[in-house]
Amino acid sequence: MNMKFPTAVLTAMLLSSTAMAQTEVSVLRVELADEVQKNYYADMAAAYEKANPDVKINLQYIANEAFKTKLPTLLQSDSRPDVFYSWSGLTLVEQAEAGFLRDISSLVSEETLSTIPEGMVEAYRVDGELVGMPLYAAEVVFWANTALTEKAGVDPASIKTWEDFLAAVKTVKAAGITPIVVGGQDKWPLHFYWSYLAIREGGSHTLLDATGGEGEGFMAEPFIKAGEKFQQLVELEPFQPGFMSTTFETATTLFSNDKGAFRLMGEWAYSAIQDQAKQGAPLNDENLAVFSFPVVEGGADKDGSVTLGGINGWAVSKDAPDEAVVYLEFMLEQENQRKAAELGIFIPITDGADEGIANPYFKKIAEDLSNSTYHQVFLDQYLGASVGATVNDISADLAAEVISPEQAAEQVQEAWDFR
Amino acid sequence: MSITQQGPASETLVERLRRGLTNGRFAAIMLLLPPALILFSLFVIVPLGESGWYAFFDWNGYGEPVDMVGLQNFERLFGHSVFHQAVGNTVKIVVVSLVIQMPLALGLALLIYRKTPTNAAFRLIFFLPYILAEIAAGLIWSFIFDGNYGVSASVTQAMGTEPYFLLADRDWAFVAIMTVIVWKYFGFHMMIYIAALQGVPDDLLEAARIEGAKPLDIVKHVQIPLIKPAILVSAFFAIIGALQVFDVIIPLTNGGPSNSTHTIVTYLYTFGLTRLKIGFGSAVGVVLFLSAVLIAVFYQRIAFKKEPQS
Repeated sequence: MNMKFPTAVLTAMLLSSTAMAQTEVSVLRVELADEVQKNYYADMAAAYEKANPDVKINLQYIANEAFKTKLPTLLQSDSRPDVFYSWSGLTLVEQAEAGFLRDISSLVSEETLSTIPEGMVEAYRVDGELVGMPLYAAEVVFWANTALTEKAGVDPASIKTWEDFLAAVKTVKAAGITPIVVGGQDKWPLHFYWSYLAIREGGSHTLLDATGGEGEGFMAEPFIKAGEKFQQLVELEPFQPGFMSTTFETATTLFSNDKGAFRLMGEWAYSAIQDQAKQGAPLNDENLAVFSFPVVEGGADKDGSVTLGGINGWAVSKDAPDEAVVYLEFMLEQENQRKAAELGIFIPITDGADEGIANPYFKKIAEDLSNSTYHQVFLDQYLGASVGATVNDISADLAAEVISPEQAAEQVQEAWDFR
Repeated sequence: MSITQQGPASETLVERLRRGLTNGRFAAIMLLLPPALILFSLFVIVPLGESGWYAFFDWNGYGEPVDMVGLQNFERLFGHSVFHQAVGNTVKIVVVSLVIQMPLALGLALLIYRKTPTNAAFRLIFFLPYILAEIAAGLIWSFIFDGNYGVSASVTQAMGTEPYFLLADRDWAFVAIMTVIVWKYFGFHMMIYIAALQGVPDDLLEAARIEGAKPLDIVKHVQIPLIKPAILVSAFFAIIGALQVFDVIIPLTNGGPSNSTHTIVTYLYTFGLTRLKIGFGSAVGVVLFLSAVLIAVFYQRIAFKKEPQS
């Protein structure tokens, strides 16, 4: 080998790097477990770089818990990311109020805004300033293993009310099958029950009232009743043995391996179910069904049109370049959103992108979301880190039968007052 | 290595200082001390002071702390039932360390302190858990305790009983954790004792034997009194170590079920850091620091006070 080739490459590299001053946009996301999702984000970044050669997208990942605890310090340092993952909610408000986020209201084009639902954009507005953009919506639904429910003689599609659900749990249990699989050690999977019951009881304004200081706050009836209804379920001992030492991941494996009939979880659980099925787990598209969280008798949400889930997206930090916003808009383009839907990664929010949804579960969730009269963000995100963690705590305590519904509501109110 | 022993006994302070200045020791101090001092201040003293300051604020970690709340963080801390439980758990670890772990370590040390190849092998085996990273140990044991797939699952299956989930049981989860802690750290204490036992002069043991002392008497009246300083040091490590237990618990139970297995440090992490109540977390840190200092000081006073100077 002569030295000509390396020299030529080196010269070319030097020339190219001086030819254009690249703008770097650093993007920080919560770690993803599967390659399909990671490739999706990497491919999107590559496509954007190709179309905009003067911008470099720098994707970084941090594990979930570490992401949450590291972020406050990171935002105060000079190495803060330009764009970072967000679940919106009070945490986003706190970040904006501390002055770490950039007002991008004037940068986002009308065109982009017109293609996504106003409610979703609203989640990223703090005091009228747009500080980020949503990427996708998530909804928590019941997943059913129809092989098991059939064996027990229960039709998941017929479960409409909480009473129906309790009856189904009893029937399934009587057939010798574990009714519900849950990752109790992580607590947040249990908080879906308390949250959903509360919004079914109180309707769309439940949380707005409680946090707005209306009436009795979290001591109000919907929350007490949510605790009572949850207790009714817990008394049936519906969860798998040792559910309090089961993590979210283990619960996924258990559910995929016929260890329980129902699971309350968001659509993000689906890619893991697919993954397990590929490895030979018995649960696959043939015997998987979804149904909405049942309504409660006398509840304000009569038709179950209030949904619980996430409006996940990106926050833009204060010194981010304008290109960061352009990249956010790029991620929201119909084609990119449709691809995510096709791959079964998330439910798109851009108009027309849901046509790409191939599997019936995402289709049903997308329908739910478009019919939703109010989309409540997960309470553990919506209420901020501290109160959110308390909601998780009391949900786990209710499941472990160590506190009463009143004590549960009291603890949340106390945490809210002290936040 | 003490300076005083080097010069003649009659040397005065002034002479000593002058000698220090001229023989280069002062220059060496001026050269070598600052890096260590700066690092120590930057990473120990300053954060300590800062957390002492933050403890009086309600602060979520964003921006500057501005909401001064006085002693409210401490009031909430001392009134919080989970904190009481965490302190109780920490005390339990101390007791178990002193009553079970240390005697166990001492017993094993007496069995294998002599230098033989077999003993060396056993020493390695007993010491292995201590080398293992805490998180790894926690994960391994969480597998052992798992009622679905773990070792305990095989046991219950073999016995034909219902699967049992130790870590999900409010009454037994902490017992399980203490078992892991004893397993993890007894080797460390054993090594301290082995080192000390090897330092006991053989002629003393022989003399006792000639006098007709039985093996147990030798242990009780010769070996244990002679390694008392080592025992006191190991007890000190056990107590201070108990105050710091954290990484074993996170993978095992993460403080659950229902916050029943927290120690002071996991309490600090859970209720201070992950909930972004930095002010509150700092208050826990201050309490933890003060109790560690108090324990250290009192332990020194009590344990080493009546030691006759040899």
